[in-house]
Amino acid sequence: MTTNKKELAVAALRNGTVIDRIPSSALFKAVEILGIEKLDKHVTIGNNLDSKKLGTKGIIKVADTFFPDDVINRIALIAPTAKINIIHDFEVVEKSSVTLPQTIVGIVKCDNPKCITNNEPMKTKFELVDPENRVIRCHYCGHCVSAENAHIK
Amino acid sequence: MNSNSLVSISDISKEEILRLLNQARYFEEHPNHRILEGKVVATLFFEPSTRTRLSFETAVNRLGGRVIGFSDASTTSSSKGETLKDTIKMVSNYVDLIVMRHYLEGAARYATEVTDVPIINAGDGANQHPSQTMLDLYSIYKTQGTLENLTITMVGDLKYGRTVHSLLMALQYFNPTFNFVACKELQMPREYIQFCDEHGITYHEYTEFSPEVINSSDILYMTRVQRERFTDIMEYEKVKNLYNLNVAMLENSRDNLRVLHPLPRVNEIDQDVDDSPKAYYFQQAQNGLYARQAIICRALGIDIPQIENHDNK
Repeated sequence: MTTNKKELAVAALRNGTVIDRIPSSALFKAVEILGIEKLDKHVTIGNNLDSKKLGTKGIIKVADTFFPDDVINRIALIAPTAKINIIHDFEVVEKSSVTLPQTIVGIVKCDNPKCITNNEPMKTKFELVDPENRVIRCHYCGHCVSAENAHIK
Repeated sequence: MNSNSLVSISDISKEEILRLLNQARYFEEHPNHRILEGKVVATLFFEPSTRTRLSFETAVNRLGGRVIGFSDASTTSSSKGETLKDTIKMVSNYVDLIVMRHYLEGAARYATEVTDVPIINAGDGANQHPSQTMLDLYSIYKTQGTLENLTITMVGDLKYGRTVHSLLMALQYFNPTFNFVACKELQMPREYIQFCDEHGITYHEYTEFSPEVINSSDILYMTRVQRERFTDIMEYEKVKNLYNLNVAMLENSRDNLRVLHPLPRVNEIDQDVDDSPKAYYFQQAQNGLYARQAIICRALGIDIPQIENHDNK
């Protein structure tokens, strides 16, 4: 019985992407940012799993889907610790980390209520101005915020 | 997007700043030209501003151009819910240049992205107001004969005052020494202090508006503590009179000291300062005309040699 339960929890992926080491608090935001609810492939999402590094973590497994770098890097905003594993024929063929992109379009909501982006039907745009402290700056009103505190739309 | 647009003073280089100052001086010597003949300029003021609008419109008129526009958004379609994008796109069909003021921050930057007509930002909320910065620079340059190595004391509202932020950034190229005089609530924001640190700019912060600070300055840049920037009216009442200047305070100041103020002033500069030869705020407002003539020509791609050729014809 025990073995069966374990197998269910870690169902193997033949081909696809495993996004591991997502902070538990960021898991569902990551799902949203990557547009995973719109996919018609097999998706497995786990959360609050034990993690030596993070305490608890989330994991997303998506079959037969490979995200372009500029898409996957969007989650660097909320899940800088995330690890990407590319699976082919049950084998991990590539492992990588996420990096904060120089420009972030349409994901972060500007905290400044007087910013034009909060008053016009338009996409927000942020630029990475301080990579070391992960500070991003609104392209329109100049308001700065750290990636951790960024308000995701 | 038109690359001649001017949204923020940080969009232009030191060379361009110096070129604009030279052009402003040229326009001061020859304010009337018909080089904008056949050009139509829109002044779109979604937020009222008498001084800025009138000086932009005077600048266009003195250069022979025509002006259309509005000075109050409540009389336009934006009060019916039209987006800024639609207003800008519609106006772009009619004019060669758009000068706009908006109460929302980032509005001018966004406008540049939806049209090919050049945009001049005449103020977007508490964000940027580059033509004010150009006229401040021109006033400093005219009264001191240089922009290099000056001691500039900024007084009053350094937190919300966009003019002091833009001036600080524009002066980065000229080795300034800054004195920031403000109460705790209205101190220079951390990002600008950081900017000074990163660019090796010398600065001192004071909460007291002392004779030592005044007497060591070349420029006193006074600002109004603006009631509309406060959410807490009690806080405003507490700080509004702390940094007022009167003529006796200028007694031992340097001969070359000039008092600047972006105007309108309320009571932060006493009326008795007006008669001092060190008061410069009214001439400063006049310099706005020449600075704006220079900015308009830059936006339309008209250069000084062209103006001179035009004169010689």
